[in-house]
Amino acid sequence: MKKGRFLEKEGAQALIASLICILLGVLIGYIVLLCINPAGASESIVNVLKNFMTYSKPATQWRKFANTLAKTMPLVLCSLSILFAYKVGLFNIGTAGQYVAGACACLYGALGLGLPWYACMLMAICAGALLGCIVGLLKSYCNVNEVISGIMLNWIALYTTNTILTKVKEGASPYTLYLDKVNPKAFLPKMGLDKLFGGNEYVTIAIPLTILIAIAVGVVLDRTKFGYELKATGYNKNAAKYCGMAEKRNIILTLTIAGSLAGLGASFLYQTGYMRWECTQSSVPGMGFNGIAAAFLGGLSPIGTLFSSYFIQHITDGGAFVNTNMYCAQISDLISAVIIYLCGFVLFIKLTIRKFLAKRGDKAPKKPAPAAGKGGDR
Amino acid sequence: MLLLIQYTLIFSSVLTLVALGGCISEHSGVINLGLEGIMVIGALGGALVMSNLATLPGPLLVILSILAAIAFGMLYSCLLGVACINFKADQTLVGTAMNLLGTAGATVFVKAMNTAMNPDNHSSEISYVAAREKFMVSIGGFEFNWFMLLVVVAVVVVYILLYKTKFGLRLMACGEHPQAADSVGINVYRMRWSGVLLSGLLGGMGGLCYILAGVSLWKFENGVAGFGFLALAVMIFGQWKPIRIAVSALLFGLFRALSNVYSGFDFLAALNIPGNVYNMLPYIISLVVLAFTSKKSRAPKAEGIPYDKGQR
Repeated sequence: MKKGRFLEKEGAQALIASLICILLGVLIGYIVLLCINPAGASESIVNVLKNFMTYSKPATQWRKFANTLAKTMPLVLCSLSILFAYKVGLFNIGTAGQYVAGACACLYGALGLGLPWYACMLMAICAGALLGCIVGLLKSYCNVNEVISGIMLNWIALYTTNTILTKVKEGASPYTLYLDKVNPKAFLPKMGLDKLFGGNEYVTIAIPLTILIAIAVGVVLDRTKFGYELKATGYNKNAAKYCGMAEKRNIILTLTIAGSLAGLGASFLYQTGYMRWECTQSSVPGMGFNGIAAAFLGGLSPIGTLFSSYFIQHITDGGAFVNTNMYCAQISDLISAVIIYLCGFVLFIKLTIRKFLAKRGDKAPKKPAPAAGKGGDR
Repeated sequence: MLLLIQYTLIFSSVLTLVALGGCISEHSGVINLGLEGIMVIGALGGALVMSNLATLPGPLLVILSILAAIAFGMLYSCLLGVACINFKADQTLVGTAMNLLGTAGATVFVKAMNTAMNPDNHSSEISYVAAREKFMVSIGGFEFNWFMLLVVVAVVVVYILLYKTKFGLRLMACGEHPQAADSVGINVYRMRWSGVLLSGLLGGMGGLCYILAGVSLWKFENGVAGFGFLALAVMIFGQWKPIRIAVSALLFGLFRALSNVYSGFDFLAALNIPGNVYNMLPYIISLVVLAFTSKKSRAPKAEGIPYDKGQR
């Protein structure tokens, strides 16, 4: 009986649905590996799932765990960006481009203008917000589908970023200059957090900030009038307008906020010095697209997103540990793509759970029907 | 100049094929955002035939590789059909997943294949130099591609199919008002499935055409660079009508072609605009065009909404 009650909760159903998606996704990945070469498939899929645990020393594991954690934070912000827009009925696929714009702004601020970290961060937020705002304006005033305009802006942002960041790149290599050589002020402050993780230099205030932002997004969406207005606009634009809400403003504001989240995400990665921008990149970084996987896998809840993002990043990093003589690292992209696809079935899984519960409920002795208080048909 | 016309025609062929696919699917009521993935998978099918059976006589090879692209595209589009028609999944989400899955899957597949043939080869490339020539007929410096003819046929066929046959009119009814269509005995699920499969057919062909456009080897890691979405922009600009789609594809094709050949024009080269600007051009143009044309959109009314028999 207790289990039945547990299953009746919305959150529990979402959790089960997500776990089923993960399980099936990994299983399909395993089958693909088996088809390619049965010899090393088991070892490789275990390595993908173990990621940093493949190292034998606990100290190394702890440090590598921090690497994955540091890369999870931008992913969390990207998926928050998608989640925030999705709650308002908008599919912000432009997150990828907003993330790129953020990277462009913070790196140019740091390397080209020599600004301190908070200014770079602010620039990244503004750049992402600007791109989101364009999508919002097009959506609300010109009725342009946000998915298509988002994709177009992704490519525009990519080529613009390549052009701008070429000004601050190293002579011969296609990468941008090292932050620590040019402008160490632009690093996000660590506030001693790196000591917790065996001196991992990529651990910064990004981690606590991200968690705070996730909580804030949850509070805004579920506990404030503003959030309710946004969600109402998402459910029915015309009804929201009829109730006196500025539906156009709400759409623009939503996408602007979503864009700024994605831009901030880029700043959280590039201002740790973990990565440098490659100025000859010919495809949009996968961070924004993985964000979609994380947002839906997290059951569209900001807190769930923290965990699902970690999982996605975990297997993405784990892809590096497959046996590269037989397989390629893209197997983890494949797994996360399968997981996104399966997330489309979440509604179906939830309905099945409910049907199952209802069936069991029929068999059990019926409780007295709830008092017929609502029977106001007459 | 000849080169510009050649590239314009070939890129607009790609866009027309894929946009027609999107158009049929949307007329049946399913938004197909997975066209990009379908293109990649279709291209994979075609490339496999072209690289493995390159010794076959020309016409047979051309037909076989197109058939392979079609088969792969249709098979892949089933993913969209199952999820969105039978399981009523979110069409945007599933389409996006299919795009990611297409590129990732093709990359994994090609890499595995290359590694199996040669343990040191970890690239995701398929080369089809000999086969590509069989698609081309050189007419005085102009490389005519059989796809250019195929596209004209496709436009006519799709036009007749949609507006002059019982099937097409029924299909469009399912995109406008599926409940009404159902009430007069049309099987909405079957019509939507046909729409999705036909879009897989055209999308797969478009993918093959895309990788044949300028190069004779394809790196599958790169996907198709947003062409599936450009095609959707073409479709919107073409107001979901086959002939208008073909005309607007020419415009978009021209801008895409410019980025390939701008250095050949003295006056463009003299402007000294960085190459990245030309790369951006098709996307910028489509944004601007969409901004002006989406307002009075003639989109099918019920597109994107899963059909639920019980709903009124």
